Amino acid sequence: MHNAALDPMMSWLPPATDFRAGLRVALDTAKPTDRIRHLASLAGYRLGFLETIQLDRAFQDQRVTEAADFATIRLAVLASSTVDHLLPAIRIAGLRRHLLIETYSGAYGQYRQDLLEPTSRLHQFAPQAVLFSLTVREAIPGIPLTASAAEVDNILARYVDDLRLLWRKARSSFNAMVVQQTFLDVTEPLFGNYDRFVPGSPARIALRLNDLLCEAATQDRILLLDVARACARDGLAAWFDAGRWFHAKLEIAPRATPKYGDLVARILAAQRGMSKKCLVLDLDNTLWGGVIGDDGVEGIVLGSGSAAGEAHVALQRYAKQLKDRGIVLAVCSKNDPQIAEAAFESHPEMVLRRSDIAVFLANWNDKVDNLKIVAARLNIGIDALVFVDDNPVERARIRQSLPNVSVPELPEDVAQYVECLADAGYFEATAFTSEDQNRAQQYAANAERDALLESAQNMAEFLQGLNMSVVSGPFTAVDHARIVQLINKTNQFNTTTRRYTSEEVTQLIGQPNAITLQFRLLDRIGDNGLVSVMILRPSSDLADVFEIENWVMSCRVFGRQLEFEAMNIAVETARRRGAKAFVAHYIPTPKNGVIRELYSNLGFSPLGDTPLADGTQRWFLSLEDYVRKDSCIARFGAAA
Amino acid sequence: MTAQDILAVLTRILRDLLLNDSIVLTMETRREEVPGWDSFSYINFIVAVEIEFGVKFKVADVESFANVGAIVTEIMALLRRPRS
Repeated sequence: MHNAALDPMMSWLPPATDFRAGLRVALDTAKPTDRIRHLASLAGYRLGFLETIQLDRAFQDQRVTEAADFATIRLAVLASSTVDHLLPAIRIAGLRRHLLIETYSGAYGQYRQDLLEPTSRLHQFAPQAVLFSLTVREAIPGIPLTASAAEVDNILARYVDDLRLLWRKARSSFNAMVVQQTFLDVTEPLFGNYDRFVPGSPARIALRLNDLLCEAATQDRILLLDVARACARDGLAAWFDAGRWFHAKLEIAPRATPKYGDLVARILAAQRGMSKKCLVLDLDNTLWGGVIGDDGVEGIVLGSGSAAGEAHVALQRYAKQLKDRGIVLAVCSKNDPQIAEAAFESHPEMVLRRSDIAVFLANWNDKVDNLKIVAARLNIGIDALVFVDDNPVERARIRQSLPNVSVPELPEDVAQYVECLADAGYFEATAFTSEDQNRAQQYAANAERDALLESAQNMAEFLQGLNMSVVSGPFTAVDHARIVQLINKTNQFNTTTRRYTSEEVTQLIGQPNAITLQFRLLDRIGDNGLVSVMILRPSSDLADVFEIENWVMSCRVFGRQLEFEAMNIAVETARRRGAKAFVAHYIPTPKNGVIRELYSNLGFSPLGDTPLADGTQRWFLSLEDYVRKDSCIARFGAAA
Repeated sequence: MTAQDILAVLTRILRDLLLNDSIVLTMETRREEVPGWDSFSYINFIVAVEIEFGVKFKVADVESFANVGAIVTEIMALLRRPRS
């Protein structure tokens, strides 16, 4: 009989030992907040098709629209096939990430009318994200087998142009993030191996259509849900079931829905800055085979000469690639530190070097404590960590004590470690910016700064010695991707945690009413990059007053007085625009306590006696009375 | 596996699917007689049954099963066949 634990499509999630019992316990939990947390934790297991529906039904019955520690998003799925069966899996995958996804799906094939008709249910729903889930069948009919390559391209280009109008409509109507599903290639071989030589053959058309789609997506800066790629990995048999298509027009096979839902939730979570930031690696039997404390540097299994040794190298190479795209690496191992480091320094087959590891913890302490130290040293949340360990006991311990740390269920065979880690999609991106490319270097530079701080007599001397300067200016198109990323990824120094879609940031560029400011911090050790962003708009009810709609700053530059210099710059800029005052809000979240005193430290006065019901504090600053804050940061290019 | 064993599994699957432990299926039960067992949850039920037993129904059968007993009979027939 079927064993869900063997389902290869979600291999990184731990199997649920007794899902039905777990569900019953969760539903019997008296306190609603605990019940919700309990149900959400069940989403962290490897659920099959049926369990996913069960959990979704149980959760929907709770009628939860918001919950502490959960983000929310409204997603509309616009489709030319039946998609109702996908919605439970999308919602459960959201729950897995503490993201409450409210879903909408129109009648199939009605998406055009839904979008264009301002009184439609879709418009009432006001989605924050719109997913277009279309099938290759609509694009293909009408293309004769004898069509030339140019004719095929023409027809497909017209089809894609039409799609682009819909994307733009979704953007202009809702300011929504737009996601387009790539076309699942369900075409059958017609000429067989010769298909690729015939422009009008269905297989060639499907390939070409996806190419043109990706080009258009790049130009329009929308995001892709790449089911075509996922299907190439898992196999068409896993993703498409002809019987279900004939029976109910299901394009995505029901068995693939848990994976489909996870792919969707990854994108939504990534856009909200909820992707993981740091990969924490165990050493013995993870980065290499064997136990270095027993076997010695020469005795570990690593590199050519053994298949297992090559598999461990493959994991190291993948980790190095992740580092190159901006994921921070850390080591957490029960080992003697000298012996563990020796492998990094002297083993010829090591791909990872000691300098690739931002935090290196080899000791005999509890890994729970070590992971907390990793997060603290990097100044990131514990939920930004992925912990990779071959030892099931350690994995279980971390899952138990630190449920927000992602712990992939590594397979027993080292040959599949990379596949498991990669398929989990922990590090999903919605951009690849120059900040990402330099991140590892910036963490290394921060270590250098830490050393400087230790040698300095006091904080003031340290800050003086850094020779800091700031480059500031309004938002520009060049920095668009980084601005979106920074606003949406930053959780600590984030005054309102208002998130902005790529579209909203585009609108802010060159928007004459708003004041947008971006700050780049330089110092003698290097360029910290674009690390802070402020958005101000004229108050809707007070003349000559600007409201600080949001202000975010990267945790990498906390404690460097940049908030002082940034406010000086904001005040100068606003004064030039004739503004007389600022209004600002601080909306507390579980993560932004670090800036609770921000506005009072900057000289703002509280507006109203008490915070609002949701804890929001309102602040006021008269620009005439503003006293310039002293800081150790010069303006870049200005004479010292 | 006896017909009764299969019936018990089908009952369990439908209870899970509809989150309703009061459902009782017999060989004679027709879909319309079970509250909430609409065409959408019927597809989900069929998929869950296929996964559970490791079988694949023919589309023609899926749209013509007269009652639960017909599903049980077909499962028994499929299980007797050598696995491909």
